[in-house]
Amino acid sequence: MTTTTRPAAGSAADLMLGDDAVALGALHAGISNAYAYPGTPSTEIFARLIREAAAGSAVIAHWCTNEKSAFEGAIGASLAGRRALVTMKHVGLNVAMDPFVNAALVGLGGGIVLAVADDPGMHSSQNEQDSRCLADFARVPCFEPATAQEAYDLTREAFVVSERLQVPVLVRLVTRLCHERSMVRTAPPEPPKPLHKAGPRQDWVLLPANARRLWGELLALQDEMRLANEASAHNRRTDGAGRRGVLTTGIGRRYFGEVLPEMTARPPHLHIGTFPLPKDLVRAFAADLDSMLVLEDGYPYVERQLPGLVPSRCKILGRESGALPAAGELNVVNVRAAFGLPALQLHESVLLNVPARPPRLCDGCVHRDSYAAMQQVIADLGIGAITGDIGCYTLGALPPYEAIDSCVCMGASIGMAKGASDAGLRPAVAVIGDSTFLHSGIPPLIDAIGHDTDMTVLILDNETTAMTGGQPTALPTSRLMPVVLGLGVDPAHVHLFSAHPRKVQELAALIKQEIAHAGLSVIVVQRECVQAARQRKKHES
Amino acid sequence: MRADVVLAGVGGQGVLTIARLLAEAAANDGFHVVQGELHGMSQRGGAVQAHFRLSDQPIESPQVPRGRADLLVGFEPLETLRNIAWLAPGGRIVTAIRPIENMPGYPPIEQVLAELRRFPEAILIDAHATALAAGSQRAENFVIAGAAFSLLPLTPGKLRAIVRKRAERWTEREGEAAIKALAAGRAAIGGAEPVHG
Repeated sequence: MTTTTRPAAGSAADLMLGDDAVALGALHAGISNAYAYPGTPSTEIFARLIREAAAGSAVIAHWCTNEKSAFEGAIGASLAGRRALVTMKHVGLNVAMDPFVNAALVGLGGGIVLAVADDPGMHSSQNEQDSRCLADFARVPCFEPATAQEAYDLTREAFVVSERLQVPVLVRLVTRLCHERSMVRTAPPEPPKPLHKAGPRQDWVLLPANARRLWGELLALQDEMRLANEASAHNRRTDGAGRRGVLTTGIGRRYFGEVLPEMTARPPHLHIGTFPLPKDLVRAFAADLDSMLVLEDGYPYVERQLPGLVPSRCKILGRESGALPAAGELNVVNVRAAFGLPALQLHESVLLNVPARPPRLCDGCVHRDSYAAMQQVIADLGIGAITGDIGCYTLGALPPYEAIDSCVCMGASIGMAKGASDAGLRPAVAVIGDSTFLHSGIPPLIDAIGHDTDMTVLILDNETTAMTGGQPTALPTSRLMPVVLGLGVDPAHVHLFSAHPRKVQELAALIKQEIAHAGLSVIVVQRECVQAARQRKKHES
Repeated sequence: MRADVVLAGVGGQGVLTIARLLAEAAANDGFHVVQGELHGMSQRGGAVQAHFRLSDQPIESPQVPRGRADLLVGFEPLETLRNIAWLAPGGRIVTAIRPIENMPGYPPIEQVLAELRRFPEAILIDAHATALAAGSQRAENFVIAGAAFSLLPLTPGKLRAIVRKRAERWTEREGEAAIKALAAGRAAIGGAEPVHG
């Protein structure tokens, strides 16, 4: 089982994150364009690309307003014959699903690789959806690296496959791989593709007549995709003793590798690194088995495809069967248990319980002022619905503020406040950050404008995408107010408030005043993020 | 030869920086290295944990399994205690003793330290005072790094070289304090034998 690489003199090997490896894999594949919206744990892919661009790489790397816009940028680059990388976290793909699914139909020119970082265990996400299912849904290949080295190699290979099949290829990462530093050996880079407009037009205009033909062509490609995987070096069978087999995908292989030395004999093993599932390989592997344990991080994606592929006497064990927990990450503890290995003795604190240390808003954070004001408003007016959104300010749900009722998905605060107000739950207040507002808050705000909904929107503007480490927002603060006014909110009920800890009373009064207005109001509460300010001052000195 | 290390502390203490520097030092020494961490929520003053594995053989799991850490490196005493389940039987602890009380219900520090002293191999270091003596209270993490490094089966001086290189981006004073803090951390350990898995 190949895992880590030892540093060797003279080779181009470096210690890097799995995220860095994806960035370098794409750069060395000759990408011309890269687009992304930040999201943990994918953000560092793009951070690396931006550093490489600043250091002289001829790549255009732009943070975008949202993942849909990012993916569409890549389709445009492909139309120009250029290779493009798109990166996002798993829930970002929900936002980008429309262009992603339909890009599979058009006649791509340059390759498109979509690197998606899933977050099993929800370390910093609202769900643990498995992007392999979404690649399947779009009927495109999905590569699942197990190591940072594979992340580099598979990202490069994904561009070749994307161009050969003229479909986007999804590289599926998980948190532990994204944020794992290990040695990666790189290979000489390829030059960028020349500008060459892809055609013909009937392969790009998805009118029903064209789309029906292209959909037929995509379906006809499915077998070719699978056959390539039957022969792929990333899908490897290792013989072993006994009739209880192990199937691993991606990082699952490494937990198997970790517990293998403790097993009395090496079981037969099949590793899958590329999808669609090489069914013949699985069938042949399962032919003599009595059981098959499936180790996959995420949904039981492979496990669910096994009935019908494996002989009926072969028992399928995995996250769906209950042999492994259905939720959360794979780890050495649950994999040991699945193999029936004894649990390790663990030390514990005996004298005292260790209380939690939850993340909190930074000292001096502008959101503290907003939530202190909201607490006063809640105390005075009572709670109707205070819908929250995704960012640092989601921490306002926790003590000491406990000032928001919901956090669902990017931009949901505004649409939900409208629905709650329509339904009679008032006062309805939406709390959303500047970057999240630009990402997905504008369309629902237009809906609220259209109906002059009785609600108040607080845009907490800290001038950055703070939660993910301070990426620039798509529009600077100075242009946020013109956007809100330009959409058509009544100027009498649009306010820009420069926040200060001494002005909490004043802010509370303003919020109460606008809640009293029986229509739509927008208050932009503005002050620079303390972390961003620190970074900026460091740069300036 | 191998060593599994878990590092624990509070967001903002430089835990991830030290994990990375240790990994670079080990890689520079010719070892297989895997170093894992989490970014995101943990950076907002919450609990932070990083993993670091070195071996002369290929490494499998990206994380140190619970119950398998040869060395638990704590940058804050309550965080050291929080991660005690990672420690292998006979594993070593190196921990700072200054509490960071940015949370409700922080237990009396004497209780936390008493709990840590139950582990006969625990080395408690007043990293804060040591760092001040070295010239900068912000070098506290380098005191712990120096102590942890001297317990790893690595060539002496490797970490110092890595830190020196990194320090080219810092002010001269910061760099000097970090180097001094490393040495002070090493001194705090005395002549303890390195850990090995």
